[in-house]
Amino acid sequence: MRVALFVTCLADTLYPAVGRATVTLLERLGVEVAFPREQTCCGQLHLNAGYPDVADALAERFVATFSGYELVVTPSGSCAAHVRAHVAEHATDAEGIAARTLELSELLVERLGATDVGSGYAGTLTYHPTCHSLRGLRVGDRPESLLRGVAGVELRPLTDATECCGFGGTFAIRNAATSSAMLADKLRHVEATGAGAVCACDASCLLHLRGGLERRRSPVRAVHLAEVLAA
Amino acid sequence: MRPSASRTAAPVAFEHAARPALADAGTRAAVLDATTEIRARRSSVVRDTPDWDDLRRAGEAIRTDSLHRLDELLVGLERSVRQAGGEVHWARDALEANEIVTGLVRSTGEREVVKVKSLTTDEIRLNEALAEAGIIAVETDLAELIVQLAGERPSHLLVPSLHHDRHAIAEVLREALGTPELEADSVALAAAARAHLRAAFLRARVAISGANFAVAETGTVCVVESEGNGRMCTTLPETLITVMGIEKVVAEWGDLAVLLRLLPRSATGERMNPYTSLWSGVRTGDGPSAFHLVLLDAGRTRALADPEGRPALRCIRCSACVNVCPVYRQTGGHAYPTVYAGPIGAILQPQLAGERGPAASLPYASSLCGACADVCPVGIDIPRILVHERAKVVRRTRPGLEGRALRLLAGAFSSTERYERAQRTARALQRPALRDERLRWLPGPLAGWGRSRTLPGVAEQTFREWWETRDDGA
Repeated sequence: MRVALFVTCLADTLYPAVGRATVTLLERLGVEVAFPREQTCCGQLHLNAGYPDVADALAERFVATFSGYELVVTPSGSCAAHVRAHVAEHATDAEGIAARTLELSELLVERLGATDVGSGYAGTLTYHPTCHSLRGLRVGDRPESLLRGVAGVELRPLTDATECCGFGGTFAIRNAATSSAMLADKLRHVEATGAGAVCACDASCLLHLRGGLERRRSPVRAVHLAEVLAA
Repeated sequence: MRPSASRTAAPVAFEHAARPALADAGTRAAVLDATTEIRARRSSVVRDTPDWDDLRRAGEAIRTDSLHRLDELLVGLERSVRQAGGEVHWARDALEANEIVTGLVRSTGEREVVKVKSLTTDEIRLNEALAEAGIIAVETDLAELIVQLAGERPSHLLVPSLHHDRHAIAEVLREALGTPELEADSVALAAAARAHLRAAFLRARVAISGANFAVAETGTVCVVESEGNGRMCTTLPETLITVMGIEKVVAEWGDLAVLLRLLPRSATGERMNPYTSLWSGVRTGDGPSAFHLVLLDAGRTRALADPEGRPALRCIRCSACVNVCPVYRQTGGHAYPTVYAGPIGAILQPQLAGERGPAASLPYASSLCGACADVCPVGIDIPRILVHERAKVVRRTRPGLEGRALRLLAGAFSSTERYERAQRTARALQRPALRDERLRWLPGPLAGWGRSRTLPGVAEQTFREWWETRDDGA
């Protein structure tokens, strides 16, 4: 199987380890990974901030970049949700590539039928399901099922797991105080699990969670699903 | 009491009102406790409703159809109400509605009215208009009475005093009723309010209500409540005046069969609410002898004209979206510059009042987590409309720092070369600020992020740079 990786602007620039882990993991599972260099941003940031004209132009760019591939995979639930909803609706997409853009756990479970991905990760984890994977893509417990397939992982339940971490793009800046209060609640629940790390499948939410954990000098780490599964 | 809670305070933007709200630990605890309890009840009753998804779709279809046929249904409603002996008045805006109601009360010669809890009359600030005309309005819904006595704005669509725990409520009632010995016990508090209200019910010759729904076919107005105080208002007085937003009309009696199943489940988590009052015009010897229906536009036709924003008018004011909103649950309702607090208010108020002033801050009072859309009984895609409203705000306002930064980013994202150059430039510029791969200080608008979160700089090796090295090796 040949899959184009949409790494996302955020992971490319600020969190490249997520992209590297995604490549390592997919290649281990026998997937041929392509990385079209023309990719930049899917337009989610601009759409959500109130700039639909920019988002529409980026939607066209996304389709032009990825048309010709059988499947696109992205290690971000919110970008996948944006592509499948907004890009599919607003771009000229003759081949329907937007609809064939999958979040990582969807590709692994639905297309590859993966249960054991051969990860050597060892440690306690708690999983934050992230809003757009949960309510945009309806990935259900696919990410957790993959984590349960890793022998060395002990998965701990997270209280109020489905509550937002408070990121929300520009929301975290414009409404920084409210966003911080939401993050504080999320991190309190994360720390209460006693797990060594919180895991998620969205680099933007993870950036937020990791930023909060570091700021409060918490021993808990934030790791992407790809990083755990590629270990 | 916080400034933003006051009934008379000028509204301020959400992000400013949120700060004092977040610093108020007592209020936050009360809001969190109350919303947690209500939404647990809702989840439980929804789980026990096997046809919930069908019911939601039916509710959405009914409300959508009502909005499509609003012109025809409103004229039909007017005809049916008149045939049943009621009078119908049309109000373009809050001012007209308040003038109509004030005039109607004046013509009865009464100086006091009892009120059924009504968001619409809160929206148009009817009580304040009545007070200016020398008419006292007595709120009879217990939670609405509490905020009225406290001089506060409602903080929740369904439970206006949701931000108060029973100790705070006891404090309000002690002071207002002059009963310093009143205990903070729910039975004692209810008894004190009952005694206060009973006297008002027995005096009342005029009542004012809102409407949950009105049926065009039969001219029937419907009010749903829990306490029975609303029923007292709609049956005891001689004159009943109902102020209703024009979007509340439905075509047929049968539509209520769906909506009256959706509403209590979504609102209080009950299969059925204790009191559902339905009346059609007037009837000799039974209830009020005069009935007036005031149909209020106040921005609703403006919202109706926007196909993307229009679904907000389907709202049946259940408050399910409010109770699951992680933003509302942190700040409570007084951070919102509108009586319609929470996600629905964030899409409704800017449409009703225009995307300007404090209302323009509302579409941004959301992380777009989508919890609201999941529970909406009439299928309003609230996040989608929030984003649509943000675009309207952007079009109306001159770009600030955020706007300019986003335009710069848009330029960088528009070509591979510009994007990669921007990555390299940012990496060079950030050097002095970088320590352990994190930015030590963040400029201007990003400072708020930095107070509770670190931010990594552009990676020493971006993903695409790594990919290039790998390609060369391959």
